[in-house]
Amino acid sequence: MKALPMNLKIGVAVTAAFILIALCAPWIAPMSPVEQDLYGGLAGPGPDHILGQDRLGRDILSRIIFGARVSLFVGLVVTAISVTVGSFIGAVSGYAGGRVDDFMMRVCDVFLAFPGILLAIAIMAVIGPSVTNVMLALCVMGWTSYARLARGQALSLKEREFIKAAEALGASPLRIIFRHILPNIAAPMTVEATFGVASAIVAEAGLSFLGLGAQPPYPSLGSMMAEGRQFVLVAPHLIMFPGAVIMLVVMGVNFFGDGIRDWLDPKR
Amino acid sequence: MRAFVIRRILTSIPAALGVVTLVFFMIHLAPGDPVEIMLGENAAPADKAAMTRQLKLDRPLAEQYFSFLRGVATFDLGESIHTKKGVAESIAERYGATLILTLASMLFALTLALPLGALAAVKKDTRWDRGAMLASLIGVSMPSFWLGPMLILAFAVELKWLPVAGADGWSSVILPAVTLGSAMSAILARLTRSAMIETLGEEYIITARAKGLSGFAVIFKHALGNALLPVVTIAGLQLGALLGGAIITETVFAWPGLGRLTIQAINARDYPLTQGCVLTIAISYLAVNLLTDIMYALIDPRVRLK
Repeated sequence: MKALPMNLKIGVAVTAAFILIALCAPWIAPMSPVEQDLYGGLAGPGPDHILGQDRLGRDILSRIIFGARVSLFVGLVVTAISVTVGSFIGAVSGYAGGRVDDFMMRVCDVFLAFPGILLAIAIMAVIGPSVTNVMLALCVMGWTSYARLARGQALSLKEREFIKAAEALGASPLRIIFRHILPNIAAPMTVEATFGVASAIVAEAGLSFLGLGAQPPYPSLGSMMAEGRQFVLVAPHLIMFPGAVIMLVVMGVNFFGDGIRDWLDPKR
Repeated sequence: MRAFVIRRILTSIPAALGVVTLVFFMIHLAPGDPVEIMLGENAAPADKAAMTRQLKLDRPLAEQYFSFLRGVATFDLGESIHTKKGVAESIAERYGATLILTLASMLFALTLALPLGALAAVKKDTRWDRGAMLASLIGVSMPSFWLGPMLILAFAVELKWLPVAGADGWSSVILPAVTLGSAMSAILARLTRSAMIETLGEEYIITARAKGLSGFAVIFKHALGNALLPVVTIAGLQLGALLGGAIITETVFAWPGLGRLTIQAINARDYPLTQGCVLTIAISYLAVNLLTDIMYALIDPRVRLK
């Protein structure tokens, strides 16, 4: 058994801490995330409120803890759906080849022609801001990269002997895709998916920051930053702490992804 | 070469057509009546009818689609609902600012990434390498909507070296360019490192070393030039991607570019202007990718033959 790389250990620790905090939010948050204290509006960090209070005097630490829930939930759901849809489409495309492959890859090209989160922004502009719509928009945007990866893997797998043997035994294309191709591409897809969670968390926060994501009083890390943006000169803690948490989590997840890739790398 | 260019242009057409089609359908995906969304529920019926006519929403879908295609081909994207100005004109006014920002970001990214990546490769598996890669990981993980305000606080509010926001002189582009370019820089540094490591293992490098050339000459004269090829290609492709990232950066710094115009259009529920902005960014991205591929083929003949 290979020793776990250091980046994987750090990644696991940070990611696990984040998940634990998100799951246990109601028990570990010092206060309610929506409880207002108008006298304490924009107050900086202090003994009663470790990370300070927002415009309405709500406790920032509690809001970050609950906001982590929204971010994690969105990150996991979006990645799970995108990976599932993308893997299936990519596997079908790669295995079928020919016109099916051509058509599906052209469709991918169209979705990939929108740089960054532009497609999600465009979708949100039309369907309106809410957490559910954010997830929908990010799924529409996110499946293509997984489809590309799965297709590449399927293209090389379909030339392998065990697939040829399954075909010779009369296995249907769907059976080959579900029983042979998808299980064999699970490892690279999992590595890609860990990076996908980080991207989805940042994308959700970005959309919320632009006012297109979670709506108040729902605390999401991005919407907290959007609220804090107008007070950046007088109360920088409003934007500093939620952003630092996003960065820490994304770094943890990236460490986790890098670590898994290193660990699975046979050359190591 | 000509055959390659023609083939590459032809393969871009379906994607461009797909983008135009998706953007056309945007307005039709709106939950409910798009005219009511834009004007509000209490708008007078006469105003609603006029807007429906203006946007040609009373015509059959196919007619609307071909009219939209014609508009795109002739740069006639209609007019903004709120400013009543031509959409193409509004976009043209803002395009230059976005171009300046993206080019400045790329310049910053390359200036930082190339030496950092080369250093990491030459000092592979040392403290330098690990430090450079940690710095790049931090760069990738920093969301621009956080880095931007932090840079404003440090360099504009505390040190008062640079302006807080807006576009007034060359100094105002520095903070937005650093914000937009830092993640890119991190990606390019990693790429430079791996390309350099691969190049340093090539036989001609071993030969150069065996001939007794100094480490400096080997790295700068032989290795870096060859390692740069894939890096520059990715940089070109990423230049288009910066257009997407510019939306957030321009919002943070009140930079008067296309990204900020997009968000202003969305907030004002100005569908024609939103469609125009989204379409322009996506088509620009496709065009940059196309140009990068062609340039790459010009530099490296092997690409043409694939």
